[in-house]
Amino acid sequence: MGIRFILMVNKQGQTRLAQYYEWLTVEERRALEGEIVRKCLARNEQQCSFVEHRNYKIVYRRYASLFFLVGVDNDENELAILEFIHLLVETMDRHFGNVCELDIMFHLEKAHFMLEEMVMNGSIVETSKANILSPIQLMEKAT
Amino acid sequence: MSGSSLMDSLFQRSLEDLIKGLRQQLIGEQAFISKALEEICKEIKSTDLSTKATALLKLSHLSNLHFHGMSFAAFHALEVLSSPRFSHKKIAYHAISLSFHDSTPVLLLITNHLRKDLNSTNEFEVSLSLQCLSRIANVDLARDLTPEVFTLLSSNKLYVRKRAVAVVLRVFEKYPDSVRVCFKRLVENLENSDPQILSAVVGVFSELACKDPRSYLPLAPEFYKILVDSRNNWISIKVLKIFSKLAPLEPRLAKRVVEPICDLLRNTGAKSLLFECIRTVVTSLSEYESAVRLAVGKVREFLVDEDPNLKYLGLQALRIVAEKHLWVVSENKEVVIKSLSDADPNIKIESLRLVMAMVSGHNVSEISRVLVNYAMKSDPVFCNEILGSILSTCSRNFYEIVVDFDWYVLLLGEMSRIPHCQMGEEIENQLIDIGLRVKDVRPELVRVARDLLIDPALLGNSFLHSVLSASAWASGEYVEFSRNPLELMEALLQPRTSLLPPSIRAIYIQSAFKVLVFCLHTCFVRGGSIVPSASMDNFPAGVSASASHESFDEISVENSADATVVHGQTHASAPITKASIVNLLNLVELALGPLLGSNDVEVQERARNLLGFVDLTKPEVLNSSVQEKEDSEGKGVETSKIIKLMCDAFSKELGPVSLSAQGKVSLPDGLMLKENLVDLEMICGDIKPPSSYSFSFGSPYEEEKDWLSFSNLHIKEDSEQSNESTSLLAEHRKRHGLYYLPSGKSELISNDYPPAKDPTLQGDINDNTDDLVEITEESLNPKRKPNHGKPRPVVKLDEVDEKPVAMKQPEPRDDSLSSAVRDVLFGSEDIPPTSSRSNLSNNPSSKRKGKEKQHTDPRVESRENVIDRNSSSRRSKDRSHGKERRYRSPKKKNAEERKNTDQKEKEKRHRDHGRHKSRQRAEEPLKVPAQTSVIPDFLL
Repeated sequence: MGIRFILMVNKQGQTRLAQYYEWLTVEERRALEGEIVRKCLARNEQQCSFVEHRNYKIVYRRYASLFFLVGVDNDENELAILEFIHLLVETMDRHFGNVCELDIMFHLEKAHFMLEEMVMNGSIVETSKANILSPIQLMEKAT
Repeated sequence: MSGSSLMDSLFQRSLEDLIKGLRQQLIGEQAFISKALEEICKEIKSTDLSTKATALLKLSHLSNLHFHGMSFAAFHALEVLSSPRFSHKKIAYHAISLSFHDSTPVLLLITNHLRKDLNSTNEFEVSLSLQCLSRIANVDLARDLTPEVFTLLSSNKLYVRKRAVAVVLRVFEKYPDSVRVCFKRLVENLENSDPQILSAVVGVFSELACKDPRSYLPLAPEFYKILVDSRNNWISIKVLKIFSKLAPLEPRLAKRVVEPICDLLRNTGAKSLLFECIRTVVTSLSEYESAVRLAVGKVREFLVDEDPNLKYLGLQALRIVAEKHLWVVSENKEVVIKSLSDADPNIKIESLRLVMAMVSGHNVSEISRVLVNYAMKSDPVFCNEILGSILSTCSRNFYEIVVDFDWYVLLLGEMSRIPHCQMGEEIENQLIDIGLRVKDVRPELVRVARDLLIDPALLGNSFLHSVLSASAWASGEYVEFSRNPLELMEALLQPRTSLLPPSIRAIYIQSAFKVLVFCLHTCFVRGGSIVPSASMDNFPAGVSASASHESFDEISVENSADATVVHGQTHASAPITKASIVNLLNLVELALGPLLGSNDVEVQERARNLLGFVDLTKPEVLNSSVQEKEDSEGKGVETSKIIKLMCDAFSKELGPVSLSAQGKVSLPDGLMLKENLVDLEMICGDIKPPSSYSFSFGSPYEEEKDWLSFSNLHIKEDSEQSNESTSLLAEHRKRHGLYYLPSGKSELISNDYPPAKDPTLQGDINDNTDDLVEITEESLNPKRKPNHGKPRPVVKLDEVDEKPVAMKQPEPRDDSLSSAVRDVLFGSEDIPPTSSRSNLSNNPSSKRKGKEKQHTDPRVESRENVIDRNSSSRRSKDRSHGKERRYRSPKKKNAEERKNTDQKEKEKRHRDHGRHKSRQRAEEPLKVPAQTSVIPDFLL
């Protein structure tokens, strides 16, 4: 399955975006996010971006006030996931223009849509910024 | 439109309003959310689709970020889905992906919606529905929508096709039979030149190959081509993952790919790809020395990099290499040791694991020294991580790597004194274990135990209590090695012992009993009741010369050097005088008096025993000291008898008890065990005896208790001064001895009455300890590899590792999937002549296929699945034989195949898609010549 979930969490530990590629109940999600956020937000800049959690790994990266956390299977390539996070941020940057937490809060469905363009069924299917954004731009024109 | 719904839609809060409201938090978040949910519940029932859609959008938002269940809206989501407007569909699909799962009741109703959108001309609608399918597909959906997915797999719109490829993974997982339909088209996409498609399809194969790599070996040529041609790092990483699974299965393939991978290693600039190459080389190509060297060079670059990420990954890679090439770790020792003090706990733990991988008999003491120093400086979590790994590494395989047990016992003592230490229980186990197994270490053990016991500060640390209990036990059991028993006695009875939990306090009291008996014995029996001052010289040497002390005897005979050491120490030890004995007895009375009313049964019992003994001996001791010269013959003899008796009771050595001990106790006559227990067996039939412990004292705690109660028995007997006690004791010993008779196999016991525990281990205690002495001696000699004559139970663990990869069976769950894949890959390439098909066509299975195509009757369908599974598992077995035969004679194969393979294969070929594709596939053999082997000659 590769990627199991993608989370965006702010400094206060509030979830700003959550995308799961396997079914979890609301309670499971709440517990999982709590554990992960506690684990990752306690770490500092000098520490590495990989955390082992339960039976998988979390690759995370901080951009300004937002943490991007990706849960992956153990044999997934950590550095590739970091690149993926960066690509995601760059894509959102291009769309929103210097993306910030508020953009994601108020345009959550667009952020989801971008993620859906990039990841399907837990594997990365699109890595070109132009390709990711073209459907969104089309849809914006249409409305 | 009714008035109310108009009002609703006019004044409905949009999602943006909701978010703004949440941010302002005028009435508190929870209150605001419940108010919003109330509104949503009302709005979602509206007949106006826009209102409904907005409500659903808001609900998805709350569910996604604020953990509110939205299962109640499942049907409404379906209603929104039926809207013709794309924006509504988008909202509905998003809500459905978020909230639907296998047991959602309305899942059945979505099939037609999905089918309609999958056939839509709008590629975005198709994409939405594929996306949704990839999240919610269950068996039924996967089965019913397989034809649509199959069509989309060759769609000329790349945007749709790559999604169809990605969704195939889920469809295969849920409905393995779809492999027969879709697999060919999936493989065709491997030859597509478009990076989008390729990325998706390689991703699918890397997931599939993870589960059952063997099935995908025939596709190696395609993967190889991608590996060599790809300029896209994402794709290369995925292909490398596939090869790291395939290469161990087929040496020729490994030989073939090692060069391209090394080229990538040398030339790539992307760290992610570089790391994937490294990982592939060290996991799957570790036999290729040059490749490993190249990879290790890159690993070193990672290790010295500033970036903590690269450092962490470098250490991880080292750990993988360490399994087969330990020299790599030694080469990078400095970096690894330095990483122990890294700022990042994850890096520290990685480097600790690596350091432990380097440990061997030669360097264990240096490494432990370094690690203990680190532990003292570290934070509590990492400190215990270090201590835990030292303990587990050193005790591995019965202390295989420990050469010098004196050193190890000292180390254990030192470790328990580290402020953050929480490994008390493990240290306790090991102290007792070593005390029982290794005779030579006992003097040192007593010294370490004394140092721990005498420090009143340690009693306050509850993590150390279990270590203290082991120390108390050791100092009582092996008191004869103590330099100063009086001091020990004071330590055991010090007031701060009230801080201990009762169970440990009981052990303290029992140990005090043993020490007291030893002191009295030394003073009165050994030194004679009149000349206590002589005890200073007599004490150790005299004792060891005594024939009544078996254990002492053995030591003086076996290890005279040790005896002289003990002798030498006596000069430092305090003399046991009569006055000191009197003081001792007073001390006992003072310390234990209050415990007679203790609430804890164990403590009270033991205190009573000890005080009873003191009462018994004290008058005589006082007496003899007053009338030293006149009446020493009369009552003094009586006292020394008691003391001697007690001393004998304690002098019997304890040892590990074999698991098969129970089996060696012969059944007494007239005891009808089986008859009475038949009923019980039925009740307890499913309770299995634990088999993981090699010795019955797996928990030393239990053992101690047993032992204590056992000695209690004696004490009571003795205090009654019954003359029978000696005979009873003798009898008990006899029985005791029976437990330790040399094992052989317990053939005497009838098989139908199973012994309580696994009868695989050696028996006799003496044999056992001799064995251990041997082992110790062996390990003292560093050149000789520890070679254990008797099977050590831990060795079993190693055997598991040796299991060859090729033996690995696919998991049962995936069985049908992989067998389906094999059918398609191996089976369809040779089309049997039509005549043979018609011969078999009256087979009942041919009827099935028609139904399956139409997917009309789910019941028939599911029954079919069952049959399919059975036959496919049978087939996969046949397959392996078939392979061998193929090597032998490719011509014979067809006939045999036909005989072997059941209706299954035929059914597949009959199917329209299958036939259609196998025709297409018929061109394949030209590219992949000589089908005689599983791996095409291309690889040779």
